[in-house]
Amino acid sequence: MGGFTPVSGLLGGILIGISAALLMLFEGRVAGISGIVGGLLRPLGWRGGWRAVFVAGLLAGGVIYEVFGGGMRVQLEASWPAMILAGLLVGFGTRLGSGCTSGHGVCGMARLSRRSISATLVFMVVAVITVFVTRHVL
Amino acid sequence: MKNLAVFFSGLLFGLGLAVSGMTDPAKVIGFLDVAGRWNPTLAFVMGGAVIVTFFAFRRIMRRERPVFAQSFELPEKKTIDGKLVGGAAVFGIGWGIGGFCPGPAVVALVSGVWPVFAFVAAMLAGMALHAILFEGESVSRREPLRMRGRVRERS
Repeated sequence: MGGFTPVSGLLGGILIGISAALLMLFEGRVAGISGIVGGLLRPLGWRGGWRAVFVAGLLAGGVIYEVFGGGMRVQLEASWPAMILAGLLVGFGTRLGSGCTSGHGVCGMARLSRRSISATLVFMVVAVITVFVTRHVL
Repeated sequence: MKNLAVFFSGLLFGLGLAVSGMTDPAKVIGFLDVAGRWNPTLAFVMGGAVIVTFFAFRRIMRRERPVFAQSFELPEKKTIDGKLVGGAAVFGIGWGIGGFCPGPAVVALVSGVWPVFAFVAAMLAGMALHAILFEGESVSRREPLRMRGRVRERS
């Protein structure tokens, strides 16, 4: 288990909030990672410029954390075929549902969007049920 | 300047995800596992992010326009439809299985743990599948809206 880390959790959350605020202030966009990454994959009308820059920034954030001795912990809880299935579902689902934890869960909730609050409730409840089934039933 | 600002925003987002520990699927699944040893960290991450964003957005929206763009481009859809609910449910299943949502998965690539690459590749394939099935003709329909700076953007 990753352990309960409320202080670093809150600190990281505040950084994410500041990031979302800056993207809105500078670019006028919602910081939704699935939309940003998905926008790089449009078959027609690619206009991914700022999106590619943002994704490069995301990776740079991870690199900086590691360079300063963060020691990123990535403990997988599923086999690699299950990770591939999970990736497919996450990719398709976030695009179909117009957002993920960042776009709906952070930015949309902060905007008090009814769509985002509904989507967040749905993916939270479904994820809890999924974990219950995979951990305690199967 | 504009690219630097966007890069810096992405960097803070990635750093925030790493600092908060959300790049660790064990921690995320620990939050979702309410019947096991529940780990509430994710609630602190999301709470902190939502509170900062809530107050910041309210201030920023008083501006005429963003610093480096013509207009604010906010999602305009209001209806809660089958796509929203179905998509969120599909995402929820994948999130529950893998413990990764898109942002943390991208940042976790830095760790070099190879199944993370498999997850991200599959995620991109899932997104591309959606683009092929649903986004083909809608792009051209969106363009005229964009002229007025009010594109209906997916978040």
